[in-house]
Parts: sequence; structure tokens; C-alpha cells
Amino acid sequence: MLLEDKDRIFQNIYGFHDSGLKGAQSRGSWDGTKFFIDKGHDWIISEVKTSGLRGRGGAGFPTGLKWSFMPKADSRPSYLVINADESEPGSCKDREIMRNDPHLLIEGALLAGFAMRAHTCYIYIRGEFIRERERLQRAVDEAYAAKLIGKNNVHGWDFDFYIAHGAGAYICGEETALLESLEGRKGQPRLKPPFPANVGLYGAPTTINNVESIAVVPDILRRGGHWFAALGLPNNTGTKLFQISGHVNRPCVVEEEMGIPLRQLIDEHCGGVRGGWGNLLAVIPGGSSMPLIPADLCDTLTMDFDSLTKLKSGLGTAAIIVLDKSADVIKAIARIAYFYKHESCGQCTPCREGTGWMWRVLERMARGEAEKSEIDRLFDVSKQIEGHTICALGDAAAWPVQGLIRHFRPVIEARIDAYQAAHKEAAE
Amino acid sequence: MGVRRLHPDQPHGFSFTPENLAWAKETIAKYPAGKEASAIIPLLWRAQEQLGGWLSEPALRHVADMLGVAYIRAYEVATFYTMFQLSPVGTKAHVQVCGTTPCMLRGAEGLIEVCKRRIAEHPHELSEDGQFSWEEVECLGACANAPMVQIWKDTYEDLTPEALEKILGAFARGATPKVGSQIGRKNSSPEGAQTTLSDPTLYDGSKRGAWRARFPELQEGGAAAGTKPVEEPKG
Repeated sequence: MLLEDKDRIFQNIYGFHDSGLKGAQSRGSWDGTKFFIDKGHDWIISEVKTSGLRGRGGAGFPTGLKWSFMPKADSRPSYLVINADESEPGSCKDREIMRNDPHLLIEGALLAGFAMRAHTCYIYIRGEFIRERERLQRAVDEAYAAKLIGKNNVHGWDFDFYIAHGAGAYICGEETALLESLEGRKGQPRLKPPFPANVGLYGAPTTINNVESIAVVPDILRRGGHWFAALGLPNNTGTKLFQISGHVNRPCVVEEEMGIPLRQLIDEHCGGVRGGWGNLLAVIPGGSSMPLIPADLCDTLTMDFDSLTKLKSGLGTAAIIVLDKSADVIKAIARIAYFYKHESCGQCTPCREGTGWMWRVLERMARGEAEKSEIDRLFDVSKQIEGHTICALGDAAAWPVQGLIRHFRPVIEARIDAYQAAHKEAAE
Repeated sequence: MGVRRLHPDQPHGFSFTPENLAWAKETIAKYPAGKEASAIIPLLWRAQEQLGGWLSEPALRHVADMLGVAYIRAYEVATFYTMFQLSPVGTKAHVQVCGTTPCMLRGAEGLIEVCKRRIAEHPHELSEDGQFSWEEVECLGACANAPMVQIWKDTYEDLTPEALEKILGAFARGATPKVGSQIGRKNSSPEGAQTTLSDPTLYDGSKRGAWRARFPELQEGGAAAGTKPVEEPKG
């Protein structure tokens, strides 16, 4: 069964209604906020823990637990930083929250900020989202004017919400690279530990959360952690914004229950795979870094963290890139390899050198201009990159390549055979 | 990552317009004292906008001086972040075509062909009249509306080569083309009939206050001590 409208959190995700304060309030935002704050820091964290919410930025770390790592008494200020550097290919949900449901995010930031004892929030928005930044700023201005946030606001917890932005670097979605960028430097990830909860922005305790993770908090508190936990599957609770792109008839962003079967999601909301379900070749289930899953494993696939991990892939940001049988799967992955080569920050050698190497080999393989022995070498090099870098960009670059080899080795081999046959004829 | 260098021909001097200077001061004030460097990306971006879409070396030095950071730090930032254009772009439009896989699967290569034919053979090369330039960029985060391009602040989505031709034609005439989806759908909603959000009670204000039901202390006759009704902010 599909998620019922009454259980949807993002009620203006397409922008059919007023995204301003009045519209948001009529849909239930900024209602009961002070009551929840009066309930205390620990009550909010406990409700979020009860909800089972796992971070919506890709890693799926339990949000309430993350908040509880923040020190309760510290001479330094605490910061909430919202990661709106949405840049993982396939992902396009935070954009819709910021431009159409911005008050969910701002109210969520106040509640999360209070829970972790932060009076200041910075949101770091990818530089290209210029209109989204303007829309969010308008909503922030409304919230200040209505004294919902700011100094001496009606909620009794001083709270400033500042918008910052990047300038085109995917790596700044990595939380410590984001902090570097926010401090005015190039976005190169920091070594961990120390973790941001101890040494984060300006050396102070900091929690970094994804836009969607923060925006669902007010509804979790209003409706209850148990309500959220009853949706989805055990350990994979709640609703989720899915983003379906590529070869479907009606690509879209849609909120559904975690654990929805992939086929139902595509058939019900996207008008099916182009050419019908039988024309499906593969899906990239969680943004470009997640290994693809071939069609024969898609029939019964459910969209949640745990079932995708079992298939050596992942839910990531729940950005689903669909490839039908007309797609050149080697070229599709080669283009992803180019992306990671372009976005490597250059700090770690395996990533700086390895991403370019993998891309060049894949470009040749897409033409068939390779030796079959290179397939194993490519896999081996990807394993030399994975796990050998400061941040997960190295892993993100390696996984799609491994997925391609794991599931489509015969396609690569056939292309090499075809190339060699054509050139043998030419030589004769 | 790639090698990015400043343009060999640089203009003389730079200063913000009074309006941009006031804005810059407000922006710097968002950050704690001593952390002014945090404002470097927004300030460089504003400088690029003021310069018509590219960043000059005098502007880099000016911003570095304003923030009290070494010139080399500003240089590092400008060369690291690829939205900073280090050479002049088209005066009417600089077209950024998303070429990453979700857009590629839906025809981005056809859009790049249009740019090559209409504007210039190579990215970052000015058209003969200097009015247009283009580049292929990495994922712009509008994948459910692929393929798409960004021109200045706006995105043009659900494109075909023909639709892009028309948009470029409009820029050439000095007209303002329609932004967003070019096939008539609203943002990232599915094209045609909607599959969600049809329940009218979501939008008639009736959900407001519903949360109270789950708190016994807010019920009539409940232990209401210390929980006076929440003041509604005026909308």
C-alpha cells in the first residue's frame, strides 16, 4: 500500500501551495513549538531516538544518537550546521524542501538546535542553488520578523539561522570539508578524530545534519516518535523523499514509506520504466556512488537501508537512477567515474590518481579498446582506492566501478571482443 | 580536479559598488569576530557577479584585503571552487550544461551539440560576438528534471535540443525565457496527473492543533500545571 496523504510530512514539496509563513502555518508548521521546547532538551532527543530516524544525507546514522554526542556543558558555543550541499548525482530533494517547504526546515533547525544546546545554525547550500537560497532567505526573514527565531523570540531559546553557500565543489558535502569551506578555505576533508561533536566549526562542538533529517523533526515531535517508527520497516523507519531519474516515463521526487518495493515506486509514481518493466536494465539505487543493481535483482527489491546493503549497494540519498535496455551501462558508469575524477579534492594520492586512472580505463572499455585482463586490474585498483583515503570520496568512486564489474562483466568482455574483431578485420 | 589558472589579461583595480559593499559588511557580520574569512566565498561570488560573470585578480586581492587573509588563500579558494570563472564569459549568457549520468541518460549530449554549434567549439570559449559561452558542468541537482542547463541564476529543465535553441534565441534577442520545466509541469512533480497530495484536509487548516491530542496534560481536566496554551505567532 502506498503512503497515505495524511502521513506525508512534505505537503508542499512541488510548490503547488504557498511556501511562505502563512501557508506553512495553515499546514501545521510552527504549532506547539514552544511546548516542545518547554519539554526540554532530553525529551526532544528521546522522541527523535524513538522515531528511529536515520540521517537522510546518505550514511544513515541515527540522528537522535548523533545529537546526544554533543557536550552538555562546555565553555565554547555549540553549532548546528545543516548540510545543503546536495551534489550527489541523482539527488534533488533538499532543493525542493528549501524552495517549497522552507519553514519545516527552519522550525526543525530551532528544535534541533535547542536539543543540542546550540544558539547558532549555519546552513551551507551548494552554490548553484541560487534561487533556492533566495527562497530560503525569504522564509528566514519571515521567521525573524514574526519573532519565531532570533534573539528574544517567542520560543524562549535565542536562535540565529544564517545562510552560507559553496561554489561548486561536491566534496563540501563531506562534513569536515564543509566545515573547512565554511571557515573560508578550500574544501579538503579533515582527519577524524577529533569528530565535529568535539572539535567542529571554529574548533567548537558541532553537529552536521542533512536538510531532510532536520525538516522531519517538527512532525516527529507533533505526531510522536512512535508514529514515525510505525512507518516503514524495523530499523528503516519513517517516510523518505525518493528521487527517480533516468529512463522512467515520469521522473519525479516523491515522499513514500521507507521499504517501498522499487517496482511499486516506479510503476505508481513514475508511470513505469520506459518501455515497461521488462525493458529495465539496472538501477543505481542511492545516488551515483551506490553500486548498480541489475534488473533480475530488482523484481522484489525494497527501498531501505538494510535490504540494499545486503545486495552490496546502499540507499544513500534514495536517489534512483534508472537505466533501460537502450542505455550503455559502461558509458553510464564511465561518466560517473569522470564525475569523481573531477570532484576529487586532490588531498589523498589514491583518490587523486586513482579516480583519473579508473575513468581513463573505463572510457577505453566503453569503446572496447581494452584487454580482458584489465577488468581484473581495474577491480584491483578500485580496491586499492577504497578505504585508503581520508574521506569517503575514494569509496564513492570505487563502488560504482566494482558494481559494474560484478554484474556486467560479460558486457565489457563482449565489447572488447567486438572491438578486437572489427580491428582484426581492418588489419587483414 | 583540474588545473585552473587566472586569466593572463587582467583589468586594473576593483572595488565593490556602494550597494555591494554594504551587503558585504552585512555578510561578514554573520560570522564571529576573528572569523571574517568565512565570508570569502559569498564575497568572491558577489565580486564575480559585479564583474559580469568572471573573477579578476584585482577582485581577489580586494576581497582578501577586506577579510584580512593572505592573497594566496583567496587564490586557493578561487582556483579550487569551479563556479568561479577565471576568464570572461558571454555577455548575454554563459550556459552551464549538466553532463552527469542522470542528464546524460536523458539527452545531455544533444544539448552540448547545440552549444558547440551555436556558441563555440570548446567550453569556456567566447562566441564570435562575445555574447555567449558554455561549459559542461557536473551534476546540478535537478536530476528528476533532466536534462537541464543553468544560465546565470536560473535553471531550464526537461530540455530537448530544440527547446535549448529557443532559449538561446530568446537570450540573443534580449528576451526573458520561461525558467524551470519546459514541458509545463510544476517543479519535480510527475508530468500529468498527480499521484499524491490530493487530500484537501491537508490545506484547509484543520491539521493545526491536532498534535495536542497526544499530550494528556493538554486535555481538559488533565494535569495542566505549567502548560498554558501556546501563543500563536501572528502570520
